[in-house]
Amino acid sequence: MSRLQNALVGGVRAVIGQVPATWLPGGTPDPLIEKRVTLGTQQPRVDGADKVRGTARFAAEVPMEGLRFAAFVHSTIARGRIAELDVSAAEAAPGVTFVMTHRNAPKLAAPPPIGLTNMKAAGNNILPVMQDAEVRWNGQVVAVILAETQEQADHATRLVKIRYDASPARTRFEENKADARTPPSILLERNRLEKGNASKALAEAAHKVDAVYRTPWHSHTYIEPNAATLVWRDGTLVIHDATQMLNGTAGSLAKVFGIKEEQVHVCSPFVGGGFGGKALWDHQILAAAAAKQARCPVRIVLSRAAINRLIGGRTRTEQRVALAADSDGRLKALLHHGYSVKPRHSVCDEQYSLTGRSLYACESFDVVQHHVDLDVVANTFMRAPGESIGTFAIESAMDELAHKLKMDPVELRRRNVAHRDPVSGAPHSQSDMMRAYDMGAERIGWQRRNPEPGTRRDGEWRIGMGCATGTFPYVRMPGTSARVSIDRDGRAHVASAAHEMGMGTATVQRQHAADRLGLPLDAVTVQIGDSSLPFGSIAGGSSQTVSFGAAITAACGKLVGELLRLAGNDTPLAGLKAGEVEFADAGLRSRSDPARHESFVSILSRANRTEISATGESGAPLEMLKYAMHSTSAVFCELRVSDVTGEIRVDRLVGAFDCGRILNAQTATSQFKGGMIMGLGMALTEETLFDERNGRIMSTSLADYHVPVHLDVPEIDVLWTDIPDPRAPMGARGVGEIGITGVAAAVANAVFNATGRRVRDLPLTLDKLAPS
Amino acid sequence: MTPFAYHRAADRAEALLLAGKGRYLGGGTNLVDLMRQNVESPAAVVDVSGLSAEIRETDGGGLLVDAGVRNSTLAAHPSVRTRYPVLSRALLAGASAQIRNMATVGGNIMQRTRCAYFYDVDGARCNKRAPGSGCDAIGGFTRYHAILGASEHCVATHPSDMCVGLAALDATLHLAGPSGERRVPLTEFHLSPGETPDRETVLEPGELITAVEISPCSATSAYRKVRDRASYAFALISVAAVVEVSDGVARDIRIALGGVAPKPWRATLAEEMLRGQSLSPDLIRQAAEREFEAARPLEGNAFKIGLATRTISAVVEEIAGEVA
Repeated sequence: MSRLQNALVGGVRAVIGQVPATWLPGGTPDPLIEKRVTLGTQQPRVDGADKVRGTARFAAEVPMEGLRFAAFVHSTIARGRIAELDVSAAEAAPGVTFVMTHRNAPKLAAPPPIGLTNMKAAGNNILPVMQDAEVRWNGQVVAVILAETQEQADHATRLVKIRYDASPARTRFEENKADARTPPSILLERNRLEKGNASKALAEAAHKVDAVYRTPWHSHTYIEPNAATLVWRDGTLVIHDATQMLNGTAGSLAKVFGIKEEQVHVCSPFVGGGFGGKALWDHQILAAAAAKQARCPVRIVLSRAAINRLIGGRTRTEQRVALAADSDGRLKALLHHGYSVKPRHSVCDEQYSLTGRSLYACESFDVVQHHVDLDVVANTFMRAPGESIGTFAIESAMDELAHKLKMDPVELRRRNVAHRDPVSGAPHSQSDMMRAYDMGAERIGWQRRNPEPGTRRDGEWRIGMGCATGTFPYVRMPGTSARVSIDRDGRAHVASAAHEMGMGTATVQRQHAADRLGLPLDAVTVQIGDSSLPFGSIAGGSSQTVSFGAAITAACGKLVGELLRLAGNDTPLAGLKAGEVEFADAGLRSRSDPARHESFVSILSRANRTEISATGESGAPLEMLKYAMHSTSAVFCELRVSDVTGEIRVDRLVGAFDCGRILNAQTATSQFKGGMIMGLGMALTEETLFDERNGRIMSTSLADYHVPVHLDVPEIDVLWTDIPDPRAPMGARGVGEIGITGVAAAVANAVFNATGRRVRDLPLTLDKLAPS
Repeated sequence: MTPFAYHRAADRAEALLLAGKGRYLGGGTNLVDLMRQNVESPAAVVDVSGLSAEIRETDGGGLLVDAGVRNSTLAAHPSVRTRYPVLSRALLAGASAQIRNMATVGGNIMQRTRCAYFYDVDGARCNKRAPGSGCDAIGGFTRYHAILGASEHCVATHPSDMCVGLAALDATLHLAGPSGERRVPLTEFHLSPGETPDRETVLEPGELITAVEISPCSATSAYRKVRDRASYAFALISVAAVVEVSDGVARDIRIALGGVAPKPWRATLAEEMLRGQSLSPDLIRQAAEREFEAARPLEGNAFKIGLATRTISAVVEEIAGEVA
């Protein structure tokens, strides 16, 4: 983001700060916070049965007549040019129908970058796609094969002969730190942030910690690989994609191919895990280009290796955190300085430096983030970009400070609760971190923890407990739209280009619409996952539930007026204005006189209408500027470390979440647990093996990139405060990402408690805990 | 994957007849993977999973296990569980239930290294895959690589758990080939890489593993595997130990190691120090340390020396404690 944006955001904030809260959207708390019926109850997924039966159709399963299967040839150097290229053997191979390289690829514009300014862009790797002989990272696609079977296409990739002229590549993190950039902004926040004199406070402090924490590259490891099945029909590109950004993909592909947005139709009803990686990358563009040249439908399903080569991961980071405190444990200074990789063709800041800006009350701040430019596929969004690894550094440092102060780590947090945003001074919309801490501490039995490290044993195993704070901001996306229709049978139909990556989108919004409209659950259907539906913003930033929810709310608001107009004068509602009625009992009724009621069925049949429909939109998220809106969590861990091997076995995880109202206990629990398990992977095992000698990723299979297996995952307890956020639709904040945050620090802190060993480099593999 | 022909052998004779056509195929859990990754591209595979797959008691009180027996079947066999727990545990420490249900005993012995550079056909040099091309593992990621018995040409490890258990049990392989049958001790079956890391076993062209013979064993045995996650990962190191103590003295002690060498590694130096001795913790540790005096660790795996030393000590001490 630019300095100009900094100035603009600052200006808008200054103005909004003067506006009374009641003037803002959401200023009057959503009535559903009080009136909910199905919201907050446990409801099974509407798509559960289809998924269990295997009838839910994913992008790689869509049948098409005359389909050709695509396979890619990837570069084996990080930087250079294709000097010689011979595809004749591949073209002659059995079943091969087309081979595409930079020599015969169509002209393609670079994809427009995903960002906060263009909601119809989804590009992640902002480089030309197969337009020249240049190689820009190790793994770039240099040839596309189309064949009658996947096996034939895969085989033909072996027959393409390529010789490269390699040039020096930037692949080494340490070496390239010297040339790191310091962007003026991280997302919309100023970079560098200096408040007070943090260095002086640190120098003079009675108690301090000052340490460097490191986190490795991470790779996307969803169960469904990135995949697309697509066809050009009469100049329109129809793409069945696995995406969490339908409209962004449509808009981007239109730009890439120089066609109108309406000429791209994206379907993605089900996505087998997204986490930030199911976006627009080179593979959809290449498959569509090959389909266009070869005039046939094409399917591309990335192998695990291809996912590693083409879909960016989470950048490695090096984060220095320094904390200063007085003898009561009150923070005087927070310094957070770090390096991460962000090539110029990447759009993802990996905003770990924002984590410490909101967590605790603190007198002074000095926060800055530097970007290292490497010749790699663009790093990208992965569950809680920023906070996942930012909380590892900050919350490890907090634990180190507690130890130095001889203070209980929970007590240290209690003494530093922020009662408003510590940097901007904005009030919280709602925040009760200590309620989460108290709930979590009680559940795990925190009083059993011995503050003296290395004192609890069971045979060869040392036992320890740790805790850490998790956090994630509230985001509501403007522009997300929903159409709500009510038919003559009194049934409601909700439609939006929203996304289902497994989190229960349709399930929860069905509950929402039912409660909003005063209908029973089974009278509501929700249709999502198609770009032809009303505009949906990305399913990212844990924003979809409130954005989609705000759109439904707006649409229902419009329906009130439409229904009153339709009802006319021959109704118990005659004479009432929109503000004087509410939805209830499958119709509208007077707020002041509940006896004045008319059902949807009656209104529509009297008006001789089959349906009434309205489209609403999530408006400007002004609440985000007026209020500091963050979810927080308290994560507790109990584990064992072997004295013989250094192996860690996590026995217990507890996550207590302050995320506003929980809308569906079942789907929310799954989100929290899934996030915590991903956090466990980050803590214990996950590390992309990036060979700095040539920029090649060596951990390209599930055998080499270790995500947790069942035996690594202990009993997990999930709790929530359920305190509504009065400034958020339904009183809820998103729950998709916060689960991963805080977990790695809680594990590392428990390891310290068990062994007295402080490990500041993730993952916590056993070699780092070898007895000395 | 390169197109290939598929043949299914009805019996051993037919298998040996078809042998010249290509590679023997057991459960396919490794070979098919290697073919999909283009590490191997045989013109044909000869499926031997239809051959005899029985587990028989031998006259001397041992077991004769046909090569086609599935890993899960062997692990669950009552005789194996009661008399050779080291083998049952080693088997169950490997792979996943689904893979063990497919994988055969013969195929397990024949499985190839999981070195990532061996697998990266397009991007990495590998002397095992392409003799003389060089080794990109050296200087790269070597967490899973050898500290004993490797060479400057290859530092890959043999990935099997089962073989580590079999090595500690002094198992013998029954081989059949065009020129007849022979028997080879498991510990002599796999070759050290030397200058020819592409030559991994003593098998002659067309030769087939038909069975594994395990001699009787009344000793106490155990297997411990140390890895980067709790299950479903290859060993960083593993220890198989078979110990018989009487009158406070180790009459029989056999220690085999996984994850440290290009082959299932018999810790003969450590065994020598312990055989006939009273197993004190100090002596056990000294014996384990002695085994690694010749270790040549790489940048990424020096931790294995201490890890394996401590794990050997823990496993042997535990057995010695049980039988004392």
